Amino acid sequence: MRLGRALVSSVALGIVLAFTAPAEAKTLRYAFQSSINSFDPHALNETFTLGFHGNIYEGLTRRTPDLEIEPALAVSWEMVEPTRWRVKLREGVTFHSGHPFTADDVIFSFERASSDASDMNGKVGSIVEVVKVDDHTVDFITGAPDAILHAEWDTWYIMSKPWAEEVGALDVASVAADREHHTTRNANGTGPFRLVSYDPDGQTILEPFEDWWDEPEHNLSRVVFQPITQTSTRVAALLSGEVDVAEPIPLQDIDRINENPGTKALTGPELRTIFLGMDQWRDELTYSNIKGKNPLQDQRVRQAMYQAIDIEAIHRVVMRGQSLPSAAMLAPGLVGFPEDLERYPHDPDAARALLEEAGYPDGFSLRMNCPNDRYVNDEAICEAVVAMLARVGIEVDLLAETRSLYFAKVLAQGGYDTDFYLLGWTPSSFDSHNVLYNLVATRDPERGRGTTNLGGYSNSRVDELTDLIQTATDQEERLALIQEAWQILHDDVGYIPLHQQALAWGVRDGVNLVQRADNQFVWRHVRID
Amino acid sequence: MLAFIVRRVLQSIIVMLVVALVSFSLFNFVGDPINNMVGQETTQQQREQLREELGLNDPFAVQFARFVGNAVQGNFGISYRLARPVDVVIAERLPATLELAFVSALFALVVGVATGVYTALNRSGIISRVIMTISLIGVSLPTFLIGILLIWVFAVQLQWLPSFGRGDVVDLGGWRTGFLTSSGLKALILPAITLGLFQLTLIMRLVRAEMLEVLRTDYIKFARARGLPDRAINFGHALKNTLVPVITITGLQLGSIIAFSIITETVFQWPGVGLLFINAIQFVDIPLMAAYLVLIALFFVVINLLVDLLYYAVDPRLRFDASTARGH
Repeated sequence: MRLGRALVSSVALGIVLAFTAPAEAKTLRYAFQSSINSFDPHALNETFTLGFHGNIYEGLTRRTPDLEIEPALAVSWEMVEPTRWRVKLREGVTFHSGHPFTADDVIFSFERASSDASDMNGKVGSIVEVVKVDDHTVDFITGAPDAILHAEWDTWYIMSKPWAEEVGALDVASVAADREHHTTRNANGTGPFRLVSYDPDGQTILEPFEDWWDEPEHNLSRVVFQPITQTSTRVAALLSGEVDVAEPIPLQDIDRINENPGTKALTGPELRTIFLGMDQWRDELTYSNIKGKNPLQDQRVRQAMYQAIDIEAIHRVVMRGQSLPSAAMLAPGLVGFPEDLERYPHDPDAARALLEEAGYPDGFSLRMNCPNDRYVNDEAICEAVVAMLARVGIEVDLLAETRSLYFAKVLAQGGYDTDFYLLGWTPSSFDSHNVLYNLVATRDPERGRGTTNLGGYSNSRVDELTDLIQTATDQEERLALIQEAWQILHDDVGYIPLHQQALAWGVRDGVNLVQRADNQFVWRHVRID
Repeated sequence: MLAFIVRRVLQSIIVMLVVALVSFSLFNFVGDPINNMVGQETTQQQREQLREELGLNDPFAVQFARFVGNAVQGNFGISYRLARPVDVVIAERLPATLELAFVSALFALVVGVATGVYTALNRSGIISRVIMTISLIGVSLPTFLIGILLIWVFAVQLQWLPSFGRGDVVDLGGWRTGFLTSSGLKALILPAITLGLFQLTLIMRLVRAEMLEVLRTDYIKFARARGLPDRAINFGHALKNTLVPVITITGLQLGSIIAFSIITETVFQWPGVGLLFINAIQFVDIPLMAAYLVLIALFFVVINLLVDLLYYAVDPRLRFDASTARGH
């Protein structure tokens, strides 16, 4: 009887606690358009995955809301010799598993990230060796001087070596291995949040890590992540108050979300630049009525296409004001952004004159490849471009399709099967060199250079400059080299830059967060009223 | 009897092989999976290496033979998207789809039969006309739109029911059920209505037509002449005689409910095999798509086999014909 009463009162107390706890608890309910598919920090180099992992794992550095580099697992770094960087590691840091963070973890994470199955080779590519000086000091040895060695340390995440040995996670989780890896569903970082449970198309739950080395700025007690693939359902879930953050939201729903009491749309510039590329390496376009020569090899034709495009109309109509027209192949604020570059003005008459001068008074025809589910309003942009080019006599056969089919054609494995295409690019190092190396420099499969230079633009001076920019250690000299490269590309009209698209997130009132231009959602800045 | 079953099982195996072959040949048109599995800066060599390791460079016949060979041993490979064994992933997701299919089939059957009987008995009533008009909308509106519409009314405007997901689930030895929690039950309502609406109108119209037919027959007239109460005539005699085709249709439709839950699951972010399949298509997750299509084919084959066997058991004429045929 007495026991019974004790039980009843303890149950009652439990109920009281259960009801009072949520009043204090701040849960962030976050919906994104796709699922998180793996927790292996070295398996997929892609913005959303890296951003999600960044809440659990940490790199040697991290980025502030303004994308400035700041110390994280490293407290300081300096170039002691042109090819040797000395890095001091933070002391007193523990992983979620309880293992202490040491120099061995950095060496292990370097070896793991540069292994064959890793997708992070590019982030640590210029490092030849990592040498342990003491438990909290390492030296990075590079093959050649590298001024931007640390630019991608924020997304090269550090794993615990003893933990990886215990759970058998020494190898990067690769699909080709024909078995499930421990790190596919389990995570162990040093970051502010630890993984509690994971269900790829359902809820993934995370909680703050109590022993995190930094002072938490957030006031969260729980994060519930839920992918919602259907755009209309995602918007509905935000409007009905079932989620706190919905990302992304379509531009046409921004007004509705702002008018709905309790929600607002948060828009801001994204670092991704959307541009048009042109086949300049074939002697004859694959899908053109001009035979025996390639009109796009003529700079005047490329400039004519550039000037035929009314970027203001695309900005106003297609993007509903949510874009930043660009003359450059990268976003303002990134290292080496060419401030002085201006777009060739929109001028259909000039375009027609250029075409006539180049020997195409009646224009010509070609095919355009365009994804329809990759970038904001991608297909609509292509349709607008097709209409604008038609006005100067260039007849474009538009092939807009889902990204899996699109990329299978235009990338290297499809033999760069395109005359003319729309693509977007975000330089992961936030530096001009990344764009020059991947998109602008002449294709060189041996070195892995120019992999995404799908149109085969080639200028030997730009190639030279790209190499110099990689190794130049003097900042001013380096920036001058970058400016020269961007000017050459602009004069050659190697690409037609369009705009930086806008980020659009739906946010519930009372949720304060930072929308970073690299489209990473960093939960350590979130405060819920 | 045994010969019949053996013959049917052999036919079923051929059907499933054909399904596997057709679906496999379609995978060439969904795009290249590699780009979804690596980042934008991954070099051409690494992409090629991955293609080679996954066997994507092999000729079609080799890839197909390897798939069948492994599948026979119960190995369906590793999902490209989730990096886990395909059979494990599908087994985890199947309960969500089966529960949804069960509830929507039940909903369609109960409401369908009830409204069917009602509209047959009160042919010219106003309510009957309203029901018939609504059912027309149910047949002609695409599932996707119905789902969005329900979400707008019940989740966004009224805020009674959730717009996505399965609510809280309870794990019963690997079977995660939503039947045991209130949020799980609430989450079932909108998707079940969306998925079951088409079957509901089908059953309702079938019951109504059959009822009208039966009500005109002599034995009903005779029953009335005997002075039996309406209740006994309508439910004891008329309804009973309409149910045979209804049960057949419902059984056959169960397979399509499972197969067509793809759209409903996508609209409601319902974590079942349908959503798994849609995500697999977007990702070009070939092992998962192949296993799913073979699984759905298996469902249809098994249901058809069971229906055939039921006929065999129910209808004595089939057995009689078979035995006399052997006798001659």
